[in-house]
Amino acid sequence: MNSRQTASDVGYAPLAIGMILTIGTALAIWGAARTQDGPFAVQMYTAIAAFVLGIFGLVRAYILPNPETARTRYEDGVVKAGVIASTFWGIAGLLVGVIIALQLSFPHIFYFEDFGWTNFGRLRPLHTSAVIFAFGGNVLIATSFYVVQRTCRARLAGGPWAWFVFWGYQLFIVLAGTGYLLGITQSREYAEPPWYVDIWLTLVWVAYLLVFLGTIWKREEKHIYVANWFYLAFIVTIAMLHIVNNLALPVSFSGSFSYSAFSGVQDALTQWWYGHNAVGFFLTAGFLAIMYYFIPKQADRPVYSYRLSIIHFWALIFLYIWAGPHHLHYTALPMWAQTLGATFSIMLWMPSWGGMINGLMTLSGAWDKLRTDPVLRMLVVSVAFYGMSTFEGPVMSIRAVNSLSHYTDWTIGHVHSGALGWVGFVSFGALYCLTPWLWKRERLYSNALVEWHFWIATLGIVLYITSMWVSGVMQGLMWRAYNELGFLEYSFVESVEAMKPYYIIRALGGVLYLIGALLMAYNLWRTARGDAPAALTVRPNAAPAAVAAE
Amino acid sequence: MWHFHKWFERHSLILVVGILLVVSIGGLVQITPLFFIESTIEQVKGVRPYTPLELKGREIYIREGCYVCHSQMVRPLRDEVERYGHYSLAAESMYDHPFQWGSKRTGPDLARVGGRYSDEWHREHLIDPRSMVPESIMPPYAFLDAKLLRTDDITDHLRVNAMLKVPYTKEQIENAEADLRAQADPNSDAAIAFETRYPTVKPSSYDGDPSRLTEMDALIAYLQMLGAGVDFSTYQADAPENQR
Repeated sequence: MNSRQTASDVGYAPLAIGMILTIGTALAIWGAARTQDGPFAVQMYTAIAAFVLGIFGLVRAYILPNPETARTRYEDGVVKAGVIASTFWGIAGLLVGVIIALQLSFPHIFYFEDFGWTNFGRLRPLHTSAVIFAFGGNVLIATSFYVVQRTCRARLAGGPWAWFVFWGYQLFIVLAGTGYLLGITQSREYAEPPWYVDIWLTLVWVAYLLVFLGTIWKREEKHIYVANWFYLAFIVTIAMLHIVNNLALPVSFSGSFSYSAFSGVQDALTQWWYGHNAVGFFLTAGFLAIMYYFIPKQADRPVYSYRLSIIHFWALIFLYIWAGPHHLHYTALPMWAQTLGATFSIMLWMPSWGGMINGLMTLSGAWDKLRTDPVLRMLVVSVAFYGMSTFEGPVMSIRAVNSLSHYTDWTIGHVHSGALGWVGFVSFGALYCLTPWLWKRERLYSNALVEWHFWIATLGIVLYITSMWVSGVMQGLMWRAYNELGFLEYSFVESVEAMKPYYIIRALGGVLYLIGALLMAYNLWRTARGDAPAALTVRPNAAPAAVAAE
Repeated sequence: MWHFHKWFERHSLILVVGILLVVSIGGLVQITPLFFIESTIEQVKGVRPYTPLELKGREIYIREGCYVCHSQMVRPLRDEVERYGHYSLAAESMYDHPFQWGSKRTGPDLARVGGRYSDEWHREHLIDPRSMVPESIMPPYAFLDAKLLRTDDITDHLRVNAMLKVPYTKEQIENAEADLRAQADPNSDAAIAFETRYPTVKPSSYDGDPSRLTEMDALIAYLQMLGAGVDFSTYQADAPENQR
């Protein structure tokens, strides 16, 4: 029960991981040998390569151990790897987003007749999965591994299992992403990966839960810190959603295509129960955990209200799960389910703002730091965006509003105010905090670059969401417009044509946001290398902090 | 009262069980009744399982991510009914594993596109959308016309659907591969046998070349059946069994 365990901490873990990798290799070879399906074979070869590399990695680490690797108090290697992976996938995901935004703006230039795999229908899931699961997921895994160790004062449990989680998750991303390009998808939004990738992710996810829980069991703190409640809710609920929503029968065990266990209306609600709670538990609960650790840490103030965090936590996770049907207003879903979904979506506004208030008010007595610390400003602005999009969401779930907004770009704008403003900024803030902490640097390489990142990205978000508001509302109005004779005023394609300027503005917003992320990557890389100018080794906000301690 | 929260904060398993209980309720209350309340799916005639060729076309529709930009769900709003046709019923997607309702209309709704355009129009439009609709922003799908359709796994496709309670007959499953070819080859003998198994479906050459069975054939066959089969003359929206 303490952090000084050595060999016993590792135990049979390398053996168990080795067995998983060996069985995985054998199954993948079997699949590759039997299949008639080209894309599936490519997936199997990818998996074989990954598993074999994994076995090499295990052998190198445990059979030929490097005597010079000193054991540290905390397992930070896997967190460092997570910071690098998050930065990489973030840029990759944003880049694909920019490409598909340009495709919709300039179809003559950005579609290639001979390369079907670059078409919008295949790249769009690549974009959403890359930013949500590859970028967001890596940020969540990395920060959760960092936070749980510090708040429990315990080293990560399970020895090499944390690395299994990290690399297993990267394999999930690579299989899912290359699969979309090859045309492998279940067509369930944000749950597109095929059945065998789903099974692999389930395995990785169970390992993740056990590493996280195991660390909590080793804790030297009596209480489990609030950030860990949110991480736990995120891990447990995503497991439940993932398993139920992906129930399917494959056409063949040596092929990628499968048929969902449910059909039609039941399938639709199951999918949006999953889809909305991918937002609620992946993109909200998980990132609220980041808020609850990094904002108090960076502001050097305690969380505003303990009681508010209790109410906020239980109310949020209870209400969120009901909100799915607001994606299905006016569809063939029975009315009672739609009404129920809308009601809970509106109620959800309250715990969402409870969380926002708890995050923002943590700045009490330290508001002046917003002037001098751009990282803290990024974190705080992310919470403001959270507040904005969790207000917009309930509004859009009102049936009358939804009849206009649904199927339009308004939804896309809403998602991006949450994704770019909240998830993106809170993640960037966490990465800016983690890099100097993990690589043991006094400070970031350049605060000025953080300023540039902040303002360029904010401008990008503003361009993005305002253009999508305008185009979304305009689409909704054009589709329902009647002329004086009582006929529909516009053909559908006239509404498409009218979107062109807004799609170009949106793409520009995306480019700006991507530039910001590139600046961050450069800044983090220079920080990790230890290139911070020697003359400025004192944190510029050190002095105001002392004043603020009333 | 706040005092009791320490149970959650000090015992991780109580916390995990608490979380699981709290997050299970919503789904259980909302989703499970849909499987049991009979009025969830309306009583309407004309909805049938997909033919083998349509099923293959649907696989391509999914593979290419068509659902990303095209919904298949006409809402009961005046403008939508006038633009696309009768609003969609739950019954119309009861054999859809998974559903293809979509969530975004970057392009128009396709729930009732079947029969709206000719096969030839669809082929030209899929090869080069802007040749038919100059303002279109849809990607080109010329490669479908060059790619031969995979046929050897169609029996498994039907069999898996049957396992999921899609009412395919034994005969339909056994003849799946022959039916797959016959539907796109209207002048063949097999097409006559096909019509005995799928009496409401008329074979067509789709891409204009009955000698080659391409992915283009399959996708057009799928698009041409969307929403066309339902007999709305027998559907009574006000009947008590259809009150939802």
